[in-house]
Amino acid sequence: MSNDIFTRVQKVTVEKLSVKEEEVVESASFTDDLGADSLDVVELVMAFEEEFGIEIPDEEVGEIKTVGDAVNYISKKQE
Amino acid sequence: MIGSPRPSGRVVVTGIGAVTPLATGIEPTWQKMLKGESGVARITHIDPSDYTTQIAAEVKDFNPEDFLDKKEARRVDRFIAMAVASATMALEDSKLEVNDDNREEIGVLVGSGIGGLQTLSDNHRKQIEAGPGKISPFLVPYMIPDMASGYISIVHKLKGPNTCVVTACSTAANAIGDAYHIVKRGDAIVMVAGGSEAPINEIGLGGFCAARALSTRNDDPARASRPFDLNRDGFVMGEGSTVLILEDYEHARSRGAKIYAEIVGYGFTGDAYHITAPDPEGYGAYRAMRNAMQRAGLKPEDVDYINAHGTSTTLNDKLETAAIKRALGEQAYKVAISSTKSMVGHLLGAAGAIEAAACLLAMRDGMIPPTINHETPDPECDLDYVPNQPRKADVRVALSNSFGFGGHNVCLAFRKVD
Repeated sequence: MSNDIFTRVQKVTVEKLSVKEEEVVESASFTDDLGADSLDVVELVMAFEEEFGIEIPDEEVGEIKTVGDAVNYISKKQE
Repeated sequence: MIGSPRPSGRVVVTGIGAVTPLATGIEPTWQKMLKGESGVARITHIDPSDYTTQIAAEVKDFNPEDFLDKKEARRVDRFIAMAVASATMALEDSKLEVNDDNREEIGVLVGSGIGGLQTLSDNHRKQIEAGPGKISPFLVPYMIPDMASGYISIVHKLKGPNTCVVTACSTAANAIGDAYHIVKRGDAIVMVAGGSEAPINEIGLGGFCAARALSTRNDDPARASRPFDLNRDGFVMGEGSTVLILEDYEHARSRGAKIYAEIVGYGFTGDAYHITAPDPEGYGAYRAMRNAMQRAGLKPEDVDYINAHGTSTTLNDKLETAAIKRALGEQAYKVAISSTKSMVGHLLGAAGAIEAAACLLAMRDGMIPPTINHETPDPECDLDYVPNQPRKADVRVALSNSFGFGGHNVCLAFRKVD
């Protein structure tokens, strides 16, 4: 897992969900652990797209449930 | 309503909360009104240099994080944050305990003339610059004017009637009037009612400048809002929110609540004349006042104080004066009239609520707030506008006027409860 990507995912998540940095761990679920509702998830995905310069199609958003999922997804996209 | 006592048919105000250009909180706002302070200054929310009007009554000491959690405070539209803050302060003031036994009988009707204009404007810019994929999922919920009511209900878990009024600058007066009817007929025991507005941004300021509605006294902001003065040159935009707690009279009495006053009349009419200009004889405004007084069983000599719409535009102040004369006859020359817009500016969709609050506090304290900046009398505005100094007076009955683009005219009548 890329440390750089993790750090940036963590930063965006802290900013968008107003959670503490130490809560944003690899296993944390955006909805169950970090309090995101469906609209928060859309906003978060948009923020990841902007941060990493990638496109995340709606049909693939479902794969991103945890912080670790996001990091892995973004790493693959950037390969 | 199942489980509710029969409504008494009488509705009283038991709480007030406000975020205004004078202060956050109704008491500090009221104290400043009685000192004749102006909340108008050069605009700071945006750089106003390119606009014909560069002044407004901005809310200065409001921190959304004092009333909402950090995530919500950061992103909700300002009109929603101020509405929630006012509702929270109003509920605290009323000492009404919301619990599982009563939450389904407490409703919300807090309107906004415009809604989340900043949210709309920000997202429109993103759409133009980066395409539709960059529009926030929060655009729609934070833009729609009914979200003030919706958000308040969510924060305070109020599950009674939940709705919204949008009638431009008479929004909050209509909201209070309609909420009064809701309690009166027994659809709720308590209604959280008022208005909220946050229009001081590029598109809001630009729109009102284009309509040629605003004062351009940019070099002397504190003296720009001068209702009924001969040298008035337009209204001064304001922002803010005010919320009242309306409660069934018997319910309020049974819990020993502090009662500001009873709402005894609500008149509302349409001009059917022009999109922005008032009826040239003030006929719609007159009928709103007449209807409110008739519903309340009030005679002209019963009225002690009128909080005028008094916008500081040439037309409004002249025609409102004519309407008051028609509604009150000779008594028009004896009644005390003031426009608190001279101090707080024009809160648009929240104006009717802060002005209703001024009526209630005038009754409570026996003090009428002044119309400041009243320096040169206008021959067409020849009534007693309580110029420049507050006045000690026993106010037992007060009327509050609000009129809006679209030809909406509203008058609320309040009476002191012994």
